[in-house]
Amino acid sequence: MTLAPETVRRIARLARLRLEESEVQRLEQELGGILAWVEQLGRVDVSNVEPMTGAVAMALKMRGDIVTDGGDAETVLGNAPERIGDFYAVPKVVE
Amino acid sequence: MTYSIQGREGPWEVVVGMEVHAQVISNSKLFSGAATKFGAPPNSQVSLVDAAFPGMLPVINRECVAQAVRTGLGLAAEIHLWSRFDRKNYFYADLPAGYQISQYAHPIVGSGSLAIELPDGTTKEIGITRLHLEQDAGKSLHDQHPSKSYIDLNRAGVPLMEIVSEPDIRSPDEAGAYLRKLRTILRYLGTCDGNMEEGSLRADVNVSVRRPGEPLRTRCEVKNVNSVRFVMQAVEAEAKRQVQIWEEGGTVEQETRLFDPGRGVTRSMRSKEEAHDYRYFPDPDLVPLVLEKSWIDSLSAELPELPDAKKTRFMTEYGLALYESSLLVAESGTADYFESLAKNRRPKTVANFMLGDLSAALNRMGESFSSATLFTVAASAALLDMIEDGTINGRIAKDVIEEMERSGEGPRAVVERLGLRQVTDTGAIETAVAEVLARESSKVAEYKAGKEKLFGFFVGQVMKAMAGKGNPALVNEVLKKKLS
Amino acid sequence: MTLTDLGIAAARHGLGRREFSARELALAHIAAIEALNPRLNAFITVTAEQALAAADEADEALARGEGGPLAGIPLAIKDIFCTRGVRTTAGSRILGPFVPPYESAVTANLLRDGAIFLGKTNLDEFAMGSSTTSSAYGSTENPWKRRQNPEARLVPGGSSGGSAAAVAARLALGATGTDTGGSIRQPASFCGITGIKPTYGRCSRWGVVAFASSLDHPGPFGRGVEDCALLLRSMAGHDPRDSTSVDRPVPDYAAACRRSLKGLRIGVPREYRVPGMAAGIEEMWRAGESWLREAGAEITEVSLPHTEFGLPTYYIIAPAEASSNLARYDGVRFGLRRDGEDLIDLYERTRGEGFGAEVKRRILMGTYVLSHGYYDAYYLKAQKVRALIFQDFANAFAGVDALLAPTAPSAAFAEGEKTEDPVMMYLNDVFTVPADLAGVPAMSVPAGLDADGLPLGLQVIGPPFGEEVVFTVAAALERAAGFTSLPAIRAGSPAP
Ligand SMILES: [Mg+2]
Ligand SMILES: [Zn+2]
Repeated sequence: MTLAPETVRRIARLARLRLEESEVQRLEQELGGILAWVEQLGRVDVSNVEPMTGAVAMALKMRGDIVTDGGDAETVLGNAPERIGDFYAVPKVVE
Repeated sequence: MTYSIQGREGPWEVVVGMEVHAQVISNSKLFSGAATKFGAPPNSQVSLVDAAFPGMLPVINRECVAQAVRTGLGLAAEIHLWSRFDRKNYFYADLPAGYQISQYAHPIVGSGSLAIELPDGTTKEIGITRLHLEQDAGKSLHDQHPSKSYIDLNRAGVPLMEIVSEPDIRSPDEAGAYLRKLRTILRYLGTCDGNMEEGSLRADVNVSVRRPGEPLRTRCEVKNVNSVRFVMQAVEAEAKRQVQIWEEGGTVEQETRLFDPGRGVTRSMRSKEEAHDYRYFPDPDLVPLVLEKSWIDSLSAELPELPDAKKTRFMTEYGLALYESSLLVAESGTADYFESLAKNRRPKTVANFMLGDLSAALNRMGESFSSATLFTVAASAALLDMIEDGTINGRIAKDVIEEMERSGEGPRAVVERLGLRQVTDTGAIETAVAEVLARESSKVAEYKAGKEKLFGFFVGQVMKAMAGKGNPALVNEVLKKKLS
Repeated sequence: MTLTDLGIAAARHGLGRREFSARELALAHIAAIEALNPRLNAFITVTAEQALAAADEADEALARGEGGPLAGIPLAIKDIFCTRGVRTTAGSRILGPFVPPYESAVTANLLRDGAIFLGKTNLDEFAMGSSTTSSAYGSTENPWKRRQNPEARLVPGGSSGGSAAAVAARLALGATGTDTGGSIRQPASFCGITGIKPTYGRCSRWGVVAFASSLDHPGPFGRGVEDCALLLRSMAGHDPRDSTSVDRPVPDYAAACRRSLKGLRIGVPREYRVPGMAAGIEEMWRAGESWLREAGAEITEVSLPHTEFGLPTYYIIAPAEASSNLARYDGVRFGLRRDGEDLIDLYERTRGEGFGAEVKRRILMGTYVLSHGYYDAYYLKAQKVRALIFQDFANAFAGVDALLAPTAPSAAFAEGEKTEDPVMMYLNDVFTVPADLAGVPAMSVPAGLDADGLPLGLQVIGPPFGEEVVFTVAAALERAAGFTSLPAIRAGSPAP
């Protein structure tokens, strides 16, 4: 099984990953191979099985509505590849 | 009575559903401890959770959950004791994690309803499909730099309730009424301040048109409309656009559009054109949200009286008309003002006073009943009591209000300083009447010849002569006697 | 005995009696790192100065008769735990410039207890791998050598291969790791040391760079079972900042290491006897059974019928979560940025150049299985099979106290041996993945050598929050196995 090149490109676009043409070709094979391999799950009867979304069975714990964080733009911006004043900066987005 | 758009080949019905994003009133964000105040300096209310730093994890704010439950209860909706948070995945400059935490498959609140009042006095139920909790995104500023967009994450992670209606709305008026009513309920509940200018309440309007009796046709979503008036205009503009397309033999494409208030038209959002595939899946950082029935019950017990109940009570308890009641309950502050003032006073008089001269004065001052600084309940009470005990008459009350606005004084001070107490001395009134009748002898003759509607003219002249301070009942009595 | 050969318990003893100082202990390890890390590449970042400063503090505390349970113990930290002020890369180019302004919950717990950090260890990029060959900072070499072919450069396993190699080669007394599909147990097995993946929710994930949130388990490595017990006791505990962290007391795991096996029932899962298992593993497994029987346990066969579906389930769920977790690496707020014509181009270049081949493969796989029209067939299906796998364990633990199985289907392999076909590489995790999917605790203990002289591990799996029984059984195995072999490359030994 191989994945169609346009499928590889479509999901790469969704994932915002730039791929070289050679990578696309390799991934058609590799992803196709992995998908063919996981097809074996088709043999499992899962009727009436509830999906397991996490490994811990408990209810969500809730915190109080108090301000305990923020107020430190320097820390928040300290790792930014580009900042202007107290903003992150990115190439202009046209709406 | 039903609204329709008249096309070349007959009428078109408009079908509207709304998705309203309401910012939850809370001190801190939905999943982090950063503050939610409006207007803070850029990136000053951001935790590393909001900025999606590696290894940062969300922890839910209990008050936000309570607010969603209160809102659900206020919309007579089903509260789901088991709900879940999902991730909605997409890349955008102001979405730090590359996903929004929302509730897709299992929202906290299910179906409910909301009653809107139509101009003819009837009410209509608009179905609520669901309400879910989700995070807001940050803010991009595109106009600060020639080639850069600036990103401020203060809003990132701010709690929102997304309230989705059924497509039950059939006209721009109904759309406006729905949004106004929803805002009223949210404000009553104290779950959202409803401030549309600050973006606390934003509406996405789904519009389609069809010929009467047809199934639904393609809808377009007009995003982020930020006032009631614009919502009404957007519905009309978008419906007309669609009617024109259909009638010209075209096809309406399902898409996201923006309303341009300046030109009064909707336009396609080109940047959102790319097909989205949000890849929703349960957020593995959060386990299911499980609520205790007893907690819901206690939140329910603490719920304030809601506008519809209050309106009915005002009609039965105070004998007000539907119209007056509706106006008085539109804001809980107005209703509270009325109830304080109506204690030991005639409700009808209070209602008339509030909805008439007092509303006009507050409007001029840019204030509301709940924020009134000069026309406090106490000041209004004094004014009403002076009318009631005959210290001033109703006409003078208007002057008192205007003078209060000018000088900032209380009503009693104004009446005393300007000597506005009404004249109840019969002698003074008789003198004024005699003067007027002597001056207007020809009119007196006409009156006596049968032109009885001149009586009002004589009253006016006498009041004018007395600088408005004559007791109207006594003036009438003396005039009647002298003219007979 | 040199200082680098001490176990944690012995080091605590010596430090407590002032037989040597924390500074001396740290210096011995720093010297070992300087000597061997250029070859092994177990550390991405060495924090010698910070370690010495911390050692001096530990010495002061010890002199006052204070100091926490790990005062002066030098550890290696997998470079996936965020460490305040110390670069944290997750083995990726995309986090190359990232210096966290915060300390992960687990490492903060270790610091609280007095531990000293020697540096950040190498790993497969974003912990995605079983060989520590996909790191942007080069591969890590396994300090063990084949008898027949000592030139071959073997992998230390992965993804926590740097930590495992560091502990095995005596560059650190213990280390932290994370186990998402076997990333603690498999490298422990490959490097002849011990490692435990505790129950999901036992160690906080706060501050750990996420790979697959519902599967990521922080845990320790040590050169013995008790060392792991001491480390886990510090690392574990409730953290209100992690919504999946469990609020229950942390037992004295070291005490559990000394308990008797009398009356314990140990299950041997039938389905773990897979075709193609390397020579020596079956025999070692049998040996393990008889050691436990001799120590008083009762051995029974149990069935975990969905075992074979663990790997395909894992290779849907883990990439799906990863594709979302890794969306935050976009070149805007931290890490690498590659400029582009517009924002989308910037994202695509940053991520295209910032991520390596395996990470891209998994992001694409995860994006695909979550995408419109495929969610039910892949992701939802995998979640349901996951539920069945969990149920298998629940059923088994209704009848037995713990399970015994091999850790990996082979000993360490050489770099390049399994890398052409991703699925071949994935098969490495066949025995470790099920416990991650079920969230149950599991530990690898070195039990013997294969014909090539390479270590093989046995795995003890317990029920949820059954870490104590895991330690009890693992300690019994350790005593019976008497594993004393040492890797060829290690501190204090001449390089081969
Ligand atoms: Mg929406
Ligand atoms: Zn929304």
